[in-house]
Amino acid sequence: MSKRRPYVRPMAGWWRKNPFFVEYMIHEGTALFVAAYALILLTGLVYLSRGEAAWNVWLEGLKNPWYIVFHWLTLAAMCYHTYTWFKIMPRTMPPVIVAGKRLPDFAITGSGLAVAATASLAMLGLVWGMAR
Amino acid sequence: MSENQRIIEIEVLRYNPETDKEPSKQVFEVPFTDDMSVLQGVQYIKDYLDGSLSFRWSCRMAICGSCGMMINGEPSLSCETFLRDYYPARVRVEALAHFPIEKDLVINMEGFIEKLESIQPYIIPKEERTLAQGEYLQTPAQLASYEQFSSCINCMLCYAACPQFGLNSEFIGPAAMALLHRYNIDSRDGGTAERMELVNSEEGVFNCTAVGYCSEVCPKHVDPANAVNQNKTNSAADYFMRFLTPKGGAK
Repeated sequence: MSKRRPYVRPMAGWWRKNPFFVEYMIHEGTALFVAAYALILLTGLVYLSRGEAAWNVWLEGLKNPWYIVFHWLTLAAMCYHTYTWFKIMPRTMPPVIVAGKRLPDFAITGSGLAVAATASLAMLGLVWGMAR
Repeated sequence: MSENQRIIEIEVLRYNPETDKEPSKQVFEVPFTDDMSVLQGVQYIKDYLDGSLSFRWSCRMAICGSCGMMINGEPSLSCETFLRDYYPARVRVEALAHFPIEKDLVINMEGFIEKLESIQPYIIPKEERTLAQGEYLQTPAQLASYEQFSSCINCMLCYAACPQFGLNSEFIGPAAMALLHRYNIDSRDGGTAERMELVNSEEGVFNCTAVGYCSEVCPKHVDPANAVNQNKTNSAADYFMRFLTPKGGAK
């Protein structure tokens, strides 16, 4: 009879065992804020479809200090999510060859972040202009 | 032994399948010098302190891929990890994570070997050539496209870094997928359609959630995460192409 008895270690709490996994879980966790904010916007759309009075109720609701705190939290979570998203991007795409050379990782991450920042600022400027 | 010799504590996760119900820690005090690797520390234990300690090693120069261990929780080649970098703290040594432990630091790698076989890690020629026609030619650019993925030494550190493999050992995993990718993008190879079945399967690329730690720990800079994630795109394309091609692209 074989004396072999391979031991399989349990996986419970795996993500706490390595700082890399903790960061990964935080990154994945920030996606919940993205989802939550999408829900808030959807609710706004539903209220908008019910006419001006309903829309104003929704707008008034957003002024609640708790909501404002939540918005700041969401903003921070979104920024972190964006950063980690573009940080992993070079690992997820085919090599980009420019002038016969492979584009380095930091160039891919950097351009991703630059595009995200530009798009966010353009959107902010647009909404700011419409609101005035 | 030289004058600047110091003593470091090495904590080893021991497991003897004949006597132990589960693994337990054992601490050894090991004299070391600045040029000693963790592997040499473990070898010292076997030679002078406890001959029953089991571990794999061979080349001592980060090329054979045998001596992978968890060192302070990180998958590392013990031959290129140095005791001086941990002193005066204790260094923890454990068998590669996510694999069954056979004994002490020796893991069961049967599953990995089966996966390596399953990806058909050899060139399946596009068209047969006779000897008279000569060798298959390749440009430097064609070589460069896959060369990085051919550097794998099968050390399995990437599997020990992959929580998805830990949670589901059926997952084909980083190294096998990197090697699969290496052959699929080789200009001489025509086996992509066969290998895509594996890429698309339940055990395939979509088990990966882009943690990316596999590429961080790779001692040969293979970037297996890149191979896996490029094949998510390939798999999606493979799926949708069948709606566009007259006879169905994918199987």
